[in-house]
This record gives sequence, structure tokens and C-alpha cells, in this order.
Amino acid sequence: MAEEITLKVNGQPVKVPAGTVVAVAVAKTGKTSFRHSVTGQPRAPLCGMGICFECRVTINGQPHCRSCNTICQEGMEVLTDE
Amino acid sequence: MSKRHLDFDVVVAGAGPAGIVAACIAAEQGRRAVLLDMFPGIGGQIWHGSDEEPATAQARRWLKRLHASGTQVFRSMTAIGVPCPHTLFAESPEGAVEIGWEKLIIATGARELFLPFPGWTLPNVIGAGGLQDMVKSGWPVAGKRMVIAGTGPLLFPVGANLREAGAKVVLMAEQTDWGKLIGFGMKLPVMAPSKLFQAMGFQMKLLGVPYRPGCWPVSAQGRDHVESVTLTTGSKTWTEPCDYLACGFGLVPNLELPNLMGCRVENGAVWVSPNQETSVPDVYCAGEPTGVGGIDRAIVEGKIAGYAVAGRIEQVERMRPAREHARRFTEMMDSAFAIRRELKQLAAPDTIVCRCEDVTYDKLRNYNGWREAKLHTRCGMGPCQGRICGCATRVLFGWQPESVRPPVFPTSVGVLSEMGDGKKN
Amino acid sequence: MSTTCDIAVIGAGIVGSACAAECAAGGLKVLVIDRGPVGGGTTGSSMGHIVVMDDSEPQFALTSYSRTLWAELAGRLPEQADYKVSGTLWIAADDEEMQEVHRKQKFYSERGIKVEVLDAAGIANCEPNLRKNLAGGLRVPDDAVVYPPATANFLLEQAKTKGAKVRTGIKVESISTQGDIVLADASRISAGIIINAAGCWSPDITPGLPVFRRKGHLVITDRYPGFLTYQTIELGYLKSAHSVTTDSIAFNIHPRKNGQMLIGSSRQADAGDTTIDPNLLQRMLRRAAEYVPTINRLSAIRAWTGHRPATSDKLPLIGPSLEDRKIWLATGHEGLGITTSLATGRLLADLILKRPTAIPAAPYFPARLAKGDSHHG
Repeated sequence: MAEEITLKVNGQPVKVPAGTVVAVAVAKTGKTSFRHSVTGQPRAPLCGMGICFECRVTINGQPHCRSCNTICQEGMEVLTDE
Repeated sequence: MSKRHLDFDVVVAGAGPAGIVAACIAAEQGRRAVLLDMFPGIGGQIWHGSDEEPATAQARRWLKRLHASGTQVFRSMTAIGVPCPHTLFAESPEGAVEIGWEKLIIATGARELFLPFPGWTLPNVIGAGGLQDMVKSGWPVAGKRMVIAGTGPLLFPVGANLREAGAKVVLMAEQTDWGKLIGFGMKLPVMAPSKLFQAMGFQMKLLGVPYRPGCWPVSAQGRDHVESVTLTTGSKTWTEPCDYLACGFGLVPNLELPNLMGCRVENGAVWVSPNQETSVPDVYCAGEPTGVGGIDRAIVEGKIAGYAVAGRIEQVERMRPAREHARRFTEMMDSAFAIRRELKQLAAPDTIVCRCEDVTYDKLRNYNGWREAKLHTRCGMGPCQGRICGCATRVLFGWQPESVRPPVFPTSVGVLSEMGDGKKN
Repeated sequence: MSTTCDIAVIGAGIVGSACAAECAAGGLKVLVIDRGPVGGGTTGSSMGHIVVMDDSEPQFALTSYSRTLWAELAGRLPEQADYKVSGTLWIAADDEEMQEVHRKQKFYSERGIKVEVLDAAGIANCEPNLRKNLAGGLRVPDDAVVYPPATANFLLEQAKTKGAKVRTGIKVESISTQGDIVLADASRISAGIIINAAGCWSPDITPGLPVFRRKGHLVITDRYPGFLTYQTIELGYLKSAHSVTTDSIAFNIHPRKNGQMLIGSSRQADAGDTTIDPNLLQRMLRRAAEYVPTINRLSAIRAWTGHRPATSDKLPLIGPSLEDRKIWLATGHEGLGITTSLATGRLLADLILKRPTAIPAAPYFPARLAKGDSHHG
């Protein structure tokens, strides 16, 4: 049962199977940088297991959300590089 | 926002193989058990994604058993603190939760060791296990050039899974030399026939992929993301174009919760009795935190912990030989896949070591210890709470970490303010 | 083995570092020792607030003088010191506290400190994240924030450029009857004057010193630039800081230059340990949310405790000790150590070098406590 949902990443609609994590949705848009480090370097997921915090994005206005352990929801608004 | 309070006989923190098995056994033995994990899906790393599609037949069997056992399973629940004895304070999507236990089993698994080298902070330089997990979750890698570098048997399933997902795995670089690998491989049929079968299975899938022992990465290049990686065998050095560099330099136990609780830790692992009980009464530990040893050790220790908390000592006794066997396998692995000296010297002066605060190697090497370095450079003061840089600096400088305070993971101020001392008014 | 110097400073926290920098700048041969790293004591756990306080005339004199010295130093501070003139906002929750605002405004204005009274609309405008229906507040625009360990380090580097030596990881075993510092390895330091700037550990160096510990808690969040602009403090803070015996909390948030929010504060007497007290932490965070409801959504990364070295009259001990002409004190700064570190260093150097002091030094002399009680209570 692969129900699909639609969310927005940087304003762009992305369709993913239900149960997909936000990090995958971002990757599907081809965006390689999820955030910038404190000195402005592009960063993306490193550990994939919720520990490194490099995958942080803004979800529905809330900054610093780990995208690797957050499940996509219908209508979610994800912003990278905040 | 008000805190829920729940009580269980047995609380199992961490739903990887060890935790799943431990909870299952405890529940089957009649205990009211709860299993919690910070991820939305259970299975930890080895059985990642097993909710939807069990990683192996063994995973399928255990998950079926778990669901039949009556264990309550909480997903997306993160342990934050232990405000008073026998009480775990956690964050869940619905808010703060306080869970009382008679017995606690810590099965928090392990995380990948990351060793800094120039370019390691570029997007698409990812942990081997982490990339595997995300690819299983749908991360698109079809047609992408992958270099896998690091150490240990973990590299094989990663390579195989990436190939299955359509990636072009152009190289697998194992830092251990051929001689040591052969020695390890020869012991496998005796130690772990299942491992040999597994390894060969993966070899089949990886047909055509160059596997180079005694080879390790020295730097990654790229502007906005990784575009190539320079590797060396010591004598030969070359640069390989790639879209992804999957690094896996081995695993380090997740010791934050045992440290917080005051469990005795020796040589980077939680000390446990033969019953898997830690130095703190009623607190048990199973799987990687007692010593990284893979799936077999996790399952044996999960079983022992599950039977032990249920008082079934005769079952615990029956599993001694399997436990011993698993521990010897760990020793074999530790010795075969020990990190070579060169990997500790890859960082250049301007290589970032603390990624949260962008603290470079040259800023750190003047300090005598973790606490002093942290105070003056803010290394380890970011959201990863020193998990990534702390392990790296332990390898690079021999620094010992400090004691752990709550919150064990970052949590909202609102949830943290719910913790209190856990005592009912 | 023996070393000689004019001044031996025991304690490389911000106060000891400031003393070292001033004495070295005055041409004295200075040696600083600390059993731990630079800034590893109270300095390492502190908030870093630079604030002019009006609890008493001497406290006002010391804090305002020191704030001026900070402003003079600002241009030379390195980036890691994170110095920012953020200003302080004292919050009045009700009319009674608003009276206190007016009292403070009068007090500060009469003494040349720039302040501005804000009404309810004004304070909401200043800090949109504050809860509605506050009565108003007092803005003190020239107060500042700094990162103390990096600043202590900078001050010691300044001292070194004038020939000072710093030795960390060195524990003082005892002070001999001849006034030599005896170290754990039996070597000795022979100094003209020994400055006890060991903060919470100063009674270990000078037994019987009336300095006691008041434990505090702090929580720091991830980066939320612009969430708050000012050091925001409830006026009830003053009641908390006054009370010497009971456990108390008071709302105090410090936006760091990098956007992290530092949430305090708590005070506990008789708590020598460093473990987090979950009840006090809870009270402190709940209090913060009463003033800034949206703080509940911020991510809290770390929590820690520290001890403030306190005296019974809430003023530090600066000057020659009672017992020994050779031992001078620079300790007991409670929650104002960061603020008054520079003034402490300057005053002490002035006294040692027999230069005129910019403010009267007598209120801080250790001798003042000779007749009074030497126990907290």
C-alpha cells in the first residue's frame, strides 16, 4: 500500500510515498545543501541516524528540525538553508 | 502541555535488534514491557526500515514475535533524562512523558565513527550506515557514482544495497590491510558460518566492484558538494570522481544514557555482569553499548537481558556459550579492523573537527583535554552535544569525555521544563 | 625548586586574569597559577552579563566603573570574546514593579547612567516575544554581554605581553608561614604579594575566608537570531539575588551574539554538588516561559550548573586580607564577577602600586567583615 503524499520543499511540490523522511524529500529535489554551518559552509546529512544535526531544516516555520528522523506529512512546508 | 506518566515492569530504551529481542522475551515471560526508540521506525540500524519491509528473515521473525508479545512500542520517543531512580523522562510527539520502571534495559546501539579529513564536511560525504538507511527510505542514488571507504564488514551490505538501488559503486576502500583481512576471513567459518555466507552473498552482488584493502581516503574535493575523493594505499595515491563518498570507520557505542545513570564504563563500553546487569542495580544493557559486536551479539545479549529481568536465570545460564562466542567475535573484529595510524593524521590545520561550531583542527590541538578545549573553542557545545567531535577527538588526541547531564538529546525548552524530579506529589 | 615574582595570582578565572593584566601593565612581575584550565571555574559556567546594578552605592560604583572599563577594552577584544553592547531590559510585571522601575530610573539618571522607562506598549515594541500585559520596564542600553572564558584568556595574553607567566594544571598545596606558595610537587613560589582570586575555592587558600557558594543553573538553546535583543531580566531577580538562604529562581535571559539564548537563573545555598537539580531547573524554565511564552518552542541543547562565590554583604573582597599582609584578596563576586572583573583588577593594581583609585576602595576591603558575621546566613 504505497500511499503518496505531497509536500513542499523550498516552495516546490514533491510527491513521496507515505512514511518517507523529510531528508529524502529534500534529496529528491536535487538540493545538495540542507543548511549552512555557522561559518556559512553548505552542509547535508552526515550520520543519517538523528545524531549529527547536520540535516536540520525549517519545517512549517519551526527551525532546527532534523530531516532524517521526521516523517513527511501532507502539506508540510520545508525550507532549507535557513 | 502536561506530562503523561506511565509505569511498566520493564522499559527497553532502543528498538534495534537487542532491544526488540529483549522486550520480546521479557513480555513473553509475563512482564509488562515497553520498547521505545527515537526514530519513527523501529529496527535500529541493522534492521532499519523493518516496519515496512523486514531487512532479513530473522528480522521478520523477531518483529512478528514482538507484535505478538504484547510489548507496547513507542516510536519517535527520545530519552531526555533520569530525574529520579527508576524514572525515565522522555520526549514524544505528543509532549513530555515520564516512564517508571522496575527494570531498565539500555539498548541504545552504536553510531558511526567519523574521522575528519579535508573535505569531509561537503554535502554527500555521508556515513556508510546512514546513507544505507536513507537509501532504503528512498534517497535517490540511481546512476550516481559512489565511493565507499572505511572499515569493517558493514561496508559489504552498504555496497550491495547501494548497487541494488541503482548506484554505480566504483570502489570499496577498506583501510585494513590484506593480511589482516585474510586472517579474519579464515577464522570466519569457525567463528561464524553465517557471516561467511553473508559475506559471500554480498560479494556476489558486488561483482565487478573493485574492493581494495589497505586503502583509505585522504581528502574530498568539491565546491557545493563532493565531486571527487583522493585515496591512497600508502604507496599509490589517486583521485576518483564521485557523486557520493560513503564513509564508515567503524562504530562507537551510544553511551550517553548509561553515562548519565552512572553505569560503570570501561574501555569505551558499558560494563555488565554475565546477566547483562550494569553496575547500577536494576539497569541492564544489551548489544553494541556493551561492546560493538554486530547482530549476533545483540541478539544473544538481548535474550539474556530479557530473561534476566524476568528472573529466568536458567535460561540465562543456557546462553552463556553463545554469549562467550559473540564476545570472542567482537575481539576478533576489534583487532582485525582497528583504525590505522594514518587515519588519525588526515586532518589539515584548517580541517573542521567540530561541525556544529566550525572549530578547526589547528584551534584544538593546543589543548590538553576535552573540557579545556570545549571551554575555549566551544567545540562540543553544539546540538550534537559532542557526539561527532567527541568521538573524533578521542581518537585524534586521546581526550576523555566529560560526564553527561540532561538533556541527553536536545529537546524543546517546553518539554525540558516538564521534567521536574519525577516524584509524584 | 623555587620561582620568584612580584605578584602571584592564584586563580586564572576572569577576576584573576584581570588582576594579572593590570599588575603586569603596571610593571610588576606576575605569575598566574590555576589547578585547572584558564576560566575553568565559575568563569566557565557564567552567563557573561555586564550590568550596572543599584543594590547599594558601592555595588553601583563598582559595576558602573567596570562597565566603563569594558567599553574601553571593547575595541581590543578578540572575536571569540563575543562582546556585544546588547543592553538590559528590566521587566516590570505589575504596578508595584513599575514603581521599582521609576526608582531605578531616578537612581541611575542621577548618577549619569543612560536609562529609558518603557511603558507597556514600549516594552512590547522592544521585545515582541515577551508576553502581553506586562506593565513596562527599564531599558539600560549600554549594558553588554561577553563570553567569559575567551575573555579571561585574552586578558592573560595581554598580561603575557608584559612579561607575565601563566601555569595551569598547578595545584596549591599550602602557603607557608614565610608566605611562600607550596605546590603539590613541593616546589615553591616566592612572591612579594599573593592574590587569592580562587573564587569558590578561595577559602581553601585562605582558611576561614567568609566566602560561600551559591549554586546556579543555566540552559542554552540552539541559534535563534533575533528572538530576543536585550538581556531580559525580571525585577524579581533582585529579590532572588538578595535572599541569602533560600533557594530561589528569577527570570533572566541572555541572547548571545550568535543567537543562542542563555536561560537562567537560580540560586541555592548549601548545595556544593554540581548535579542538575530537576526541581529548580523546572521552576527556572517555567518562570522563563511565564515571561517569554514562545521560549517553550526553542530547542534546549545543554544544561549546566555553576557556583558563585558569595559574601554576606553582597560585595566582593578586594584588598589586603586581614590575616596576612602578603595575601591580598580578589574574590567573593557572587553573580557580578564578569561585570566587575576589570574594575577589580584595576583597583587591586592601584592599591598595590599605591596609585589613586578611580572610586573609593574601602567598601570592598576585606577588613570590613572583621567585626561582622563570617558565616552566610
